[in-house]
Amino acid sequence: MNSILFLIGFPLIPALLLLLIPNQFMRNWITRLSAVIIGGASIYCAWQFMGHGNQSFAWQPQFIDQIFFGAEMVLALYLLIRCIRIKPHEWYIPILILAQAGIMVYCEFVCDVPEAAHTLYIDNFSIIMGLIIGIIGSMICVYALSYMRDYHKHNRELKDGQRGFFFILFFFLSAMFGIVFANNLVWMYLFWEITTLASFELIGYPKTEEATRNAFRALGFNSIGGLGFALGILYLVRFAPASIHTIELSELLKPEVAALALIPAILISFAGLAKSAQMPFSNWLLGAMVAPTPVSALLHSSTMVKAGVFILVKFATVLHGTLAGGTLALIGGVTFLMTSIMAVTQSNAKRVLAYSTIANLGLVAACAGVGTPETIWAAILLIIFHAVAKGLLFLGVGSIEHKTGSRDIEDMGGLIANRPGLAIIMLIGILGMFLAPFGMLLSKWVTFKAFIDASPILALLLAYGSAPTLFFWAKWMGKLVSIPAGEKKATDKVPADEWWTLSLLAVMTVAACGLFPLISTCVIAPYIEDATGRVISLGYGTIIMMTLMLAIIILLPLAFLSAPRTSMRSKAYLAGANLNDVSFTGSAGLVQPIQMRNYYLATFFNEKKIFTASILITIVLFLFMFGAMIVCR
Amino acid sequence: MQIKTALFGIAYILLAPILGGLLAGIDRIITARMQSRKGPPVFQPFYDVFKLFEKRNIVVNHTQNFYVACFFIFMIVTGVIFFAGGDLLLTIFALTVAGVFLALGAYAANSPYSHIGADRELLQMMAYEPMLLIVAMSIYMITKSFHIHDILAYHTPLIKYLPLVFVGYLFILTIKLRKSPFDLSTSHHGHQELVKGITTEFAGPALGLIEIAHWYENVLLLGIVYLFFAALNPAIAVVLTLAAYGLEILIDNSYSRLTWRFTVKSSWIVAGIFGVGNIIGLAVYSYFLLK
Repeated sequence: MNSILFLIGFPLIPALLLLLIPNQFMRNWITRLSAVIIGGASIYCAWQFMGHGNQSFAWQPQFIDQIFFGAEMVLALYLLIRCIRIKPHEWYIPILILAQAGIMVYCEFVCDVPEAAHTLYIDNFSIIMGLIIGIIGSMICVYALSYMRDYHKHNRELKDGQRGFFFILFFFLSAMFGIVFANNLVWMYLFWEITTLASFELIGYPKTEEATRNAFRALGFNSIGGLGFALGILYLVRFAPASIHTIELSELLKPEVAALALIPAILISFAGLAKSAQMPFSNWLLGAMVAPTPVSALLHSSTMVKAGVFILVKFATVLHGTLAGGTLALIGGVTFLMTSIMAVTQSNAKRVLAYSTIANLGLVAACAGVGTPETIWAAILLIIFHAVAKGLLFLGVGSIEHKTGSRDIEDMGGLIANRPGLAIIMLIGILGMFLAPFGMLLSKWVTFKAFIDASPILALLLAYGSAPTLFFWAKWMGKLVSIPAGEKKATDKVPADEWWTLSLLAVMTVAACGLFPLISTCVIAPYIEDATGRVISLGYGTIIMMTLMLAIIILLPLAFLSAPRTSMRSKAYLAGANLNDVSFTGSAGLVQPIQMRNYYLATFFNEKKIFTASILITIVLFLFMFGAMIVCR
Repeated sequence: MQIKTALFGIAYILLAPILGGLLAGIDRIITARMQSRKGPPVFQPFYDVFKLFEKRNIVVNHTQNFYVACFFIFMIVTGVIFFAGGDLLLTIFALTVAGVFLALGAYAANSPYSHIGADRELLQMMAYEPMLLIVAMSIYMITKSFHIHDILAYHTPLIKYLPLVFVGYLFILTIKLRKSPFDLSTSHHGHQELVKGITTEFAGPALGLIEIAHWYENVLLLGIVYLFFAALNPAIAVVLTLAAYGLEILIDNSYSRLTWRFTVKSSWIVAGIFGVGNIIGLAVYSYFLLK
């Protein structure tokens, strides 16, 4: 138990130190050291608890509930004060915050909040989440050191608020650990709201008009979700039948109360859907990219959105086989298809990554809504692989942007020639996201199988959604590998902190894929057996094939590099007389420049129309989900 | 069992290019006859490839042939997975890997024609991917397995339950075989507005490898056609499979090239009507059967 408390509590120490110490040198070392400690502690925690099933702890020091309640009130008050700067059309935000706070006050003073026998717990799934937060999250903090230094060099007009920035980063990690280890839902709710607050502050960090608006949008959308969470707690303490009159997550997940637990499960899952930026809430995550890149990396890979899908997967057994759960799965499926198509039309690298995140989280939500052992298995695999590869990609784009001054994919042509290191990092990340035998495709393969058995409609959505996914990733890779003639290798280097983080994440992306059978049988399978009572295993013939493919993909570049070059170079064919590498003399003796751009199909797939359509479809589905929650219990 | 599996895999590696090359030769003769020409000898594709291997290896830059090698190897891996009785879904994913590598090779050359050819190649992949996955999905729904040897052992010909899926597959097969009207990225015909599209900048041995990989691919694609008839007498099943290829040749010679917009739209709609329609039909059928 101590190691869990350490994980939740320790990040607050560097957070406070970094808030107080303005010195860059001290900041570097405090951050690096804390990252190592947090990463190490999460590994220690995994080693200590792995394979011991679900363990709960009755940690209940005196006044702790009062402290948590007080913290909730302070948080609400702080957000209300921040709301002084809202625009008229954002009137709904303070109302939501007041409503949430009102519900919590009502629960505390009017209702009888049941005692939680076990306030903390750990099982294999929270261990995995702990590792993702502890390792990837703290690596992103290290990356942020040099990134933020450069960021302020590039943007001199912005006020340097790095002390507050690093304070919030570590505060964020602490809250994330809280979410994955809290068994007391009222505690989890506080941690949940802290992540909302932290993302609000981080998105608004540049303090520009756009950043402020996007930060408020994130706050508003997540507060809608937060209201769902608060209503879920209200239902449990005030209206629920006696058998689920509890605020313990583990009690709600017991198979015998599964039917009764549907209402709180759906209400809290609603919060999860908002947090994981599913349609119609997706806009907040797309707007979040105005923030410095480490923030995007953190929000997309190891924190925030992962908290959303974490709670969805937790409730998967309750959602299983219900109409409301099926509708939730459909919301995820529709989000996956629509955002995958919209990603095709984007040339802004961060926006492509954002759409792809929402799409993949949609798949996780779909898996959770179906809730069979196989889909839960697929969901956890998706979470793991997505965290690693997406963290890598965001940080890679951040470094590229700082070095080349652009985050547009069209400007990344020739990267393999002038910055081979960064290009290879990006290629590994992209391969990891969509190509066999890497992690995400492996997970999609598991998902597809599970969907066909459980719900063919979702399998069809997956079949259609995979196609644009393939297209937008592959054409991005195409830009990275193209070699314009005469391209020179750049001489300036990526800062060491960034380079270390990137290389480590790249190695993890490949290693996670190689270790996939081990992760699956030793970590995920036992969790699923605990949660659903069913044993699952995977076909070994296929694993051997996958491993073989992985070996080929790793070995081929090595073989290529060591092979002698026998080929003879010539100029590209330009249907005219090549003048130099970028122009030719055409048929009428005119000099024509050459230019190459990828297809973005912007008129074929109209982003605006698709976005509006998906918002409408998902709102209808949401209403249907709530209806189904009330009618068919 | 394992020895048999290995034998089938090795047989594919050795025989598929011969079979695929012969198929290409016959294709050329039939096409010529359809155009009232005599056509080349049946072994012409082999002569062509041998000649390519004797030529010099000319490239725009040195990395492009690396991707071609990857394409070639993954095409073989794909076929081995299939013919050794492996997972159908994995076969499709591996086929995608191979296709992406070919496009990367064309991108790497950084030439306008090969670049746009690569873009179109990816568009074609986006067009046929849903239908291909629906083929695997619907076969799984009938046989309850993705494993080729389980699918082959199924007692009834799949075509009986999946006639519409089969039609949908024939539609995207036209794209996969690089036949008109969907030979957007590169074409075997002379009339090509993109010079040679995706293969513009490949010459000599690299182009030879691409051609052989194409043969491997064609044999694999016809293998998937065979799955629909597998429970019939093997001779009849083979004849029907070859008839499907004949139909593709006929289509190839009766249509002129269409736009990528039409390709993507029509393939997705065909997958929606024929693929999804068949699956809904199956669901309704089994629902009433159970009642």
